[in-house]
Amino acid sequence: MKKLGKFYMLLVLLFLYVPIFVLIVFSFNETKSRSVFSGFTLDWYKRLFHNRIIISSLMNTIIIAVAASIISTVLGTFAAIGINSMRKVPKSVVMNITNMPIINPEIVTGVSLMLLFVFFAARMNLEFGFVTLLIAHITFDVPYVILNVMPKFNQMDPHIYEAAQDLGCSPFRAFRKVVLPEIMPGVVSGFLMSFTYSLDDFVVSYFTTGSTSQTLPITIYSMTRRKVSPEINALSTLIFIAVVIVLIVKNAIEKKAAKKSGMYKGDMA
Amino acid sequence: MKLKYFSAPYLVWMVVFILVPLLMIAYFAFTNDEGGLTIKYISDVGQYANIFVRSIWLALIATVICLVVAYPVAFILSRMDKHRQGTMLMIVMLPMWMNFLLRTYAWMTLLGNNGIINHLFGLIGLGPFKLINTSGAVVLGMVYNYLPFMILPLYSVMEKIDGSLFEAASDLGCSSGKTLWRVVVPLSMPGITSGVTMVFVPAISTFIISRMLGGGSNLLIGDLIEMQFLGNAYNPHLGAAISLVLMVIILVIMTVMNQFDPDDQVLM
Repeated sequence: MKKLGKFYMLLVLLFLYVPIFVLIVFSFNETKSRSVFSGFTLDWYKRLFHNRIIISSLMNTIIIAVAASIISTVLGTFAAIGINSMRKVPKSVVMNITNMPIINPEIVTGVSLMLLFVFFAARMNLEFGFVTLLIAHITFDVPYVILNVMPKFNQMDPHIYEAAQDLGCSPFRAFRKVVLPEIMPGVVSGFLMSFTYSLDDFVVSYFTTGSTSQTLPITIYSMTRRKVSPEINALSTLIFIAVVIVLIVKNAIEKKAAKKSGMYKGDMA
Repeated sequence: MKLKYFSAPYLVWMVVFILVPLLMIAYFAFTNDEGGLTIKYISDVGQYANIFVRSIWLALIATVICLVVAYPVAFILSRMDKHRQGTMLMIVMLPMWMNFLLRTYAWMTLLGNNGIINHLFGLIGLGPFKLINTSGAVVLGMVYNYLPFMILPLYSVMEKIDGSLFEAASDLGCSSGKTLWRVVVPLSMPGITSGVTMVFVPAISTFIISRMLGGGSNLLIGDLIEMQFLGNAYNPHLGAAISLVLMVIILVIMTVMNQFDPDDQVLM
């Protein structure tokens, strides 16, 4: 039974990894063939680094992801504080609307924002591009921040904030010294989650970007629509390596933190 | 200052960028270019019934395959020794961190007429087979992309099941099949329902997988919507109507799924 289980896991892992490894292998292929490996070359990598569109869309992606995740984290953390002290009915109304971008298919979120931006573009001086992209990313990021921060309040004693004020703290100081440390783990994981979602997003960006501000996933999409180019393979290889490094570092940090707190929890990928 | 006012900036944001855009979908679906009320576009959606049926059918097959494949994976993972669980889970989830366009592109090159699979078949004198641009390729793409979405919720539920329950069940005379059916499945129900939603919703609304692996002959709802907004057939009213119907279908399916969920857990 145990052996059967191992064999099954091996099959599933092969299914998950073989396509990626084939991509990686063919990034070193001399010719454009997708089936015959004719010789080793690093040409596709050289071309990739000289491809202006890819470099600039990578920069765009990073700028958008950083800006969107920072703004969402601030907006979402304050939102969570406020929502938490609302009464039951308004709270559940707000939470239901907040869940919308998570539950709705991405294409519906993308299309709905596009309709809004088209409306504004016709009446105001709004162009599809950086601004619309940033607004769209913040919109789908904030719910994840709120969902990460809210549970931290349920674990916190609501009276400590008042107690701090009774003991002479200004409301701001009480917030900074008492509330913020309690909710910090949620804030951090909300930030990381929105950062990764922003980096990776294609569908919503596709509907809300203009020609001026392409993100990397959009550039990848237009590359796959055109002729075969092993540059995509080279790009995939680099992204795969980056992902592996990030996950290993993340795991190491979590293990260290778990050791510090004296207990070992399963680390999630 | 009262704490609840902290949420004011977000509430404005939420109304302007979540609520209003969704209301605009409803507005566009029920109006024409002159702004008059009409149900023309909603009824036009009926012309695309075959595409809706295909999308639901392919997404359903992909979801069932994901469930069948992921269930043993999640179970094996959850019964591994604790220290190896984390690493193994990371290995299983790692491909999900690659952009899904690249993952789909990988299958495009594998399945292509000049791709490596047909090449290997050719070496033993078979083929070439038409692998890409088939509905099978679309389902494969869905399974490949969304399998981790099924594994993760199943695993996180199963991990909490106490192993001594299995011993208790077998002490009380359950066969291993019966233990699975009477103990594991009921306890993992919340994982099944959230896994099914997390696979079904993106699968039914995708337009990339069908475009890259399905060619022109396997249009899905997502392609239809995309064509109305960014394609040659620019018609936001029809696009909004289709989106609205899609949202209703998903709402119905999620309500049905929630009936199976014993503790009323929200997804994710």
